[in-house]
Amino acid sequence: MLEAIKKYLGLVWMALAIVAAYYCIGVFGWPKITSGLQEDNVFGWIILLVLTPIIVGGLFMFGYFAFTNEYKKEE
Amino acid sequence: MSKTSNNNSIFKVIAASSVGTLIEWYDFYIFGSLAFIISGKFFPQDNPTAAFLSTLATFAAGFVVRPFGALVFGRLGDLIGRKYTFMLTLLLMGGATFLIGCVPSYDTIGYWAPFLVLVLRLLQGLALGGEYGGAATYVAEHAPANRRGYYTSWIQTTATAGLFISLMVILITKSTLSADAFDAWGWRVPFWVSVIMVFVSYIIRQKMHESPLFAKAKAEGKIVKNPLKESFGNKYNLKFVLLALFGAVMGQGVIWYTGQFYAMNFIQKVCNVNSIQTDSLVAIALLMATPFFVVFGGLSDKIGRKSIMLAGMLLAVLTYRPIYKNIFEITDIAAKTELADKRTVTNRLENKEDKTIIHYQFLSYYEDGTIATKDSVVTINTVNKAETVKTGYSIQLDSGNKWKLIWLVFIQVIYVTMVYGPIAAFLVEMFPVNIRYTSMSLPYHVGNGIFGGLLPMVATYLVTKAQTSGSPDWYLNGLWYPIIIAGISFVIGLVYLSRKNRQVHD
Repeated sequence: MLEAIKKYLGLVWMALAIVAAYYCIGVFGWPKITSGLQEDNVFGWIILLVLTPIIVGGLFMFGYFAFTNEYKKEE
Repeated sequence: MSKTSNNNSIFKVIAASSVGTLIEWYDFYIFGSLAFIISGKFFPQDNPTAAFLSTLATFAAGFVVRPFGALVFGRLGDLIGRKYTFMLTLLLMGGATFLIGCVPSYDTIGYWAPFLVLVLRLLQGLALGGEYGGAATYVAEHAPANRRGYYTSWIQTTATAGLFISLMVILITKSTLSADAFDAWGWRVPFWVSVIMVFVSYIIRQKMHESPLFAKAKAEGKIVKNPLKESFGNKYNLKFVLLALFGAVMGQGVIWYTGQFYAMNFIQKVCNVNSIQTDSLVAIALLMATPFFVVFGGLSDKIGRKSIMLAGMLLAVLTYRPIYKNIFEITDIAAKTELADKRTVTNRLENKEDKTIIHYQFLSYYEDGTIATKDSVVTINTVNKAETVKTGYSIQLDSGNKWKLIWLVFIQVIYVTMVYGPIAAFLVEMFPVNIRYTSMSLPYHVGNGIFGGLLPMVATYLVTKAQTSGSPDWYLNGLWYPIIIAGISFVIGLVYLSRKNRQVHD
């Protein structure tokens, strides 16, 4: 039962990574970069170049590993 | 070797590692604690908000580069050894901190000032990125496996102790000097103090030996040629790096910053409690809670790291909003009864070359003992008659309410001790000796540096958005960030982490 939960939660993490990508790029990152305000600009670039790859890429990869049963035996 | 001499030896190791790490945290925090004054000194002052946010950006830059420091120094630590690597990080941090205290202001050297501060801040971040993993690994590799949580938890106290000492040094400097002297040069003193502490720590560390497990691995030729590739290019190790990050350190990072930084910022900026009282009440809460790092670290050896860390995350997720609502209500002047007959107004006139400055101070007293101070400075240019007005507002709480706030901050720091006390042992146990420094440093600094370090920015954004949309509980909206992140981390940890402490065979 727990192994099935682990596996199918993997899909949730991948979906969450896509939601995070939307927020990181569409809500926080790009609008701030194009706002023309200095303080927003810095924030936007940090979100886009640092936070987005780590959160989105990392979470998606984690979800993928979970879905492919990489966390099944070794915990 | 007898049990007593073993204990003496391990405590020497802990002391030497902790002192250096504590100093690194101290160095890192004084910049954050003095962010407001630094923004005025090093960044263009035309727009105070822009100047303040620029400092926050610099602060975040310090956090963002930490993972890169983890990679650079983690790799070195796995190649040449723990001891030499964390001596290097100590010197780098100490040098950068001292130099920040020496950089002339923006008024003197223009854009060189923010540029130099940014570069030095980045160096601080790099050094911190390499320090923690080295110290935690070094202690863990000296400790018996069944006591790793207890012994490494001493390292965990250093982050809070570093914040406490930074607050104390700032508080003492502020109390000793006049407000004008502190503003002119006194704020540099905490940066200069660092160089003495770094020197002492360097001498202590120089006398230490290399970690026995690393020395053994090196003697047996088990050192890997490319720790970065082995840590992150090897799927088996990478999945544990990701699990450590999302199932533990991500949640720990946001709880840590909420309890220690967001609380302080909230009390000072949102609730307008004056800075000296804010610093002192946070310092008391930190002092009271710090022993619990060792308590929970030791307990994690007996009942497992997972249950303690996840309990801390769950409690934080469930109680952050009530705690902050309570803090806001305790300090809310609108809900207090003013003693109108006690209200006072004083003013002072100051004539300078081409301007006249009038300082007004309005004092309001409340039934519960709270005092509200409103300062207004009116500057009149005697040549063109232009007039500028600057106002400041703060409150001083009575002793009873102050202790209520201490208690509410203390609860948050207890959550910090639950998630942070066992984390060093948890991370060390996830990875083998030949890639340990690199593999544990990266998730730690991504979790703390990126997820935790960006909390002030994201929270400020959420609060501002709620304020403009007219939300009645606007001041609580910044908490959604730590609540959501810690909530996700809790679920991942609950499902994927083992209840038993992991043991990697070195």
